[in-house]
Amino acid sequence: MSLLKVSESPHVRGKKSTQSIMRDVLIALTPGAVFGVFNFGVDALIRLLVGVFVCIAIEAIYQAAMKKKVTVSDLSAAVTGLLLAMNLPSTFPIWMEVVGCAFAIIVVKQLFGGLGQNFMNPALAARCFLMLAYTAQMTNYVMDGVSSPTPLAMLKPGGEAVGDPGLWEMFFGSVNGVIGETSVIFLMAGAVYLLVRREISPRIPFVYIGVFAGMTFLLTPGHNFDFIYMLKEVCGGGLILGAFFMATDYVTSPTTPNGKVLFGIALGVITFIFRMFGGSPEGVSYSIIFCNMLVPFIEKATIPKPFGWEKPNKEAKGHE
Amino acid sequence: MSNTFKGGIHPFGGKALTKDKPVQELKPTGELVFPVSQHAGAPATPIVKVGDEVLAGQLIAEASATVSANVHSSVSGKVKKIEMRNLPNGGRAMSIVIENDGEYKEIQYQHSDPEGLSKEEILEKIRAAGLVGMGGAGFPVDQKLAPEEGDSIKYLVVNGAECEPYLTSDFRIMTDKADELVGGIRIALKVLPNAEAVIGIEDNKPEAIKILSEKVKSESRIRVVPVKTKYPQGSDRTLVAATTGMKIKSTAHANEYGVVVSNVTSLYNVYEAVVNGRPLTRRIVTVSGDDIANPGNFYVYLGTAFEELLEAAGGTVQDPEKYINGGTMMGFAMYDMSAPITKTSGALLAFKKDEVAQKPTGPCISCASCVSVCPMQLMPNKLAKMAEKGDTEGFEKNYGSYCIECGCCSYVCPARIPLKQSIKTTKKAIKDAKRRERQVARS
Repeated sequence: MSLLKVSESPHVRGKKSTQSIMRDVLIALTPGAVFGVFNFGVDALIRLLVGVFVCIAIEAIYQAAMKKKVTVSDLSAAVTGLLLAMNLPSTFPIWMEVVGCAFAIIVVKQLFGGLGQNFMNPALAARCFLMLAYTAQMTNYVMDGVSSPTPLAMLKPGGEAVGDPGLWEMFFGSVNGVIGETSVIFLMAGAVYLLVRREISPRIPFVYIGVFAGMTFLLTPGHNFDFIYMLKEVCGGGLILGAFFMATDYVTSPTTPNGKVLFGIALGVITFIFRMFGGSPEGVSYSIIFCNMLVPFIEKATIPKPFGWEKPNKEAKGHE
Repeated sequence: MSNTFKGGIHPFGGKALTKDKPVQELKPTGELVFPVSQHAGAPATPIVKVGDEVLAGQLIAEASATVSANVHSSVSGKVKKIEMRNLPNGGRAMSIVIENDGEYKEIQYQHSDPEGLSKEEILEKIRAAGLVGMGGAGFPVDQKLAPEEGDSIKYLVVNGAECEPYLTSDFRIMTDKADELVGGIRIALKVLPNAEAVIGIEDNKPEAIKILSEKVKSESRIRVVPVKTKYPQGSDRTLVAATTGMKIKSTAHANEYGVVVSNVTSLYNVYEAVVNGRPLTRRIVTVSGDDIANPGNFYVYLGTAFEELLEAAGGTVQDPEKYINGGTMMGFAMYDMSAPITKTSGALLAFKKDEVAQKPTGPCISCASCVSVCPMQLMPNKLAKMAEKGDTEGFEKNYGSYCIECGCCSYVCPARIPLKQSIKTTKKAIKDAKRRERQVARS
C-alpha cells in the first residue's frame, strides 16, 4: 500500500489558481489589444508580441540564473508584458521596449522578491521609467502614417493641441494614443468578463472613475457642468485601461474592502489634479503608482471589524 | 433576504453519495477501544480493571470534572488492556480496550417519562449518559444545557445545517428519527424554560425541512427555519445569525447572549438518554468519498475500529491517498485505521487523490479572496503572514482570536497557501502562552 497523505484541514481546494486568474486577465485584455492592432496596424501587433514574450523570457532567464524555480507558467510575466506593450505608442523602438520589459521584470518585480512582493505595478512602473528615459519616443503618437495629438491633449485646458475629438470615436477607440488604451467599448468588454468571473472587485474601478468623473464635472476650469466634456475625459487616455486592469492589480492595491474604496477615491482625486493642473494631459499611470505606495497606510487604517464586534467598553465584560 | 451570513463558500457537497442510503447496523468483532478523552474538557477516569467483565451500556470511565463526560462500553465482554492508543484525530489518549464476546448483553436501562422529571433530574440523566456535542467539539451536553444564564436563555438553536461536505448522518437523524429528535428538543426546552427552539436546516435538505416542519406544526415553542446552503452555515455563529439575526462575536460564549446551540444528533441522544435511559454508545457514521466501494450510513458501536467500518462499506476501490475522519472541510486526515470511532466521529472518507498534495503552494498575490469569504470578516492574508513571522501582537490586534477555523480561506486561496493552518497554530500558541502566564501568576 502506498503512503497516506496527512495534512491539516480543509482537504479540498477551490478551482481558481494564480495561473487561472492570470489567464483570465490575459483573456480580458485581448479585445482591447486586438482593437489596438486594428487601429494601429502590424506595428502594434509586433509590440504586443515582443512585450509578452520578452517579459516571459527575461523572467525565465533571471530565475534560472539566480537558481530559483522558474515560475513563468503562472503567466504573471505575460500579463505584465501585455500591459506594458498596451501602454506604448505603436511607433516605439523595439529595443527600448526590451529595456522596459527588463526594468519591469527585474527591477520592479524580481529584485523585490518576485510575484506578490512588488510594491508598484511592474508594467506601470516601467511605463513611467520609459516616459522619463525616452520621452520623445513615448509621446510620438502616429496614426495612419501621420503624427497627431491624442484626444486628451486636445481636451487639456490651456493646452497647445487644437481640435475636438468626437465622443463616439473616443468610445469606439478610433483615436490616437497608446496601443491598448483607445477603445472604451472593447476594454469594457474585458472588464465585464473580469467582473463576472469575480476576478476583480468592482470597488476600485467604479469608485475611481466615479470620483474622477464627479470632480471633472464640477471642478474643471472652463468646463464645469459640461457633461460631454466629462464623458470625453473619462473615455480618453488611459483611464479605462488603468482603472479596470492596473489599479485592480492585486499585489499593489489594498485587500481590505473599505481600503479598496479609499484607494479608488485617492486615485480619482489625484488623476483629476494631474490631468487638469499637471504638465502632461495624462495622469493615470502616475496616479496609480503614487497610490500604490499609499496602500500599506490605507490597509492599516481600514482593517475591518470582525463579525459581532462591539465597542471595547462592552467587550471588557466578555471572556478573553 | 434568505437566512444566511456574509462570506462563505460552496465546496463540492458529495452528499448525493449517501443521503438516500438507509442506515445499516454494523456489529463489530474483536476488540473495541474506548478512549477516556472523546470530549472537550478533562479526561474521564477509568473505573474498570483489566480482566473485568462488562455489559453493553455499562459505565467504564467516569467524568472527572464539571467539564468532562462519562464513557460507556458499547458491547459486552472482558477488559483486555488499559493503555495509550491513537485517536482518529491524530492525538493519543489512555484507552480501555474491551474484547467483544459477541453477545451484546446489555445493562437494564431505566425508562422514564420526561414530563415527571425535574430540570435537575433531566440534566443528571444527560450527564450520566455521557452525552457530548456531536457536531464536532464534543462539549458535554449537560453543561451546554445548564448555563449560568439558565432562565434568561431565549433561543435554543438546533443545528441541522450539516454544511460539512459528504456528511449525511444528521440528515438521516432528521428524516428517520424525527419524532425522537422533536422529543429531545422538548426535553431541552423543559430545561430552558424561557427559550424558543429554532431548527436551522440548509435548503439542500428539503425532505428534512418538510418532515420536521410537519412534526412541529402544533408545537408553540419549536419552529423550523430553512437556511441557505453555504459552508460554514452550520458553525454556531453563522447559524445563530441566519436563524435569529443575532451577531455573536466568536470570542464570547453564546450563553451570554441568551443563546444555546445544539446539534440535531445531540438532541436525539438527549431523548434516548432521558426517555430510554440509554447512554451514548452508538452513532451514525457516514462512509463516503470517491474511493469507497459502497458508500453508506452505518449505525456503529463506539469503539469499533475505522478499518472494520471501511470493510463494511466494501473497502476502497484502489489504494487511497487520503483517509479523513469527518468531512472534507474540518475533518482530520487519518494515518492509523485501527483507531476507534469516537463520540464525535461523523464520517469516514476515502479519496483516490489528495487535492491538497496535487496543488502546490505559491506566493500570496494579495487577491483578497480569503478576505471576501471569511465569515468572521477577518483578514486571513494578514493574519497568516503575521503568524508565519511570529508577530503574535499584530495577530491579536488584527482580531486573530476571532477565527473559527472553518478553513474557507485555505479553500479559496489561488496560491494554495494553508492560511487556516498558520492561523490556527498561532491562535493555539497564544492561548497556551496565556494559560501558562495565569498558572505562573497563581503559583
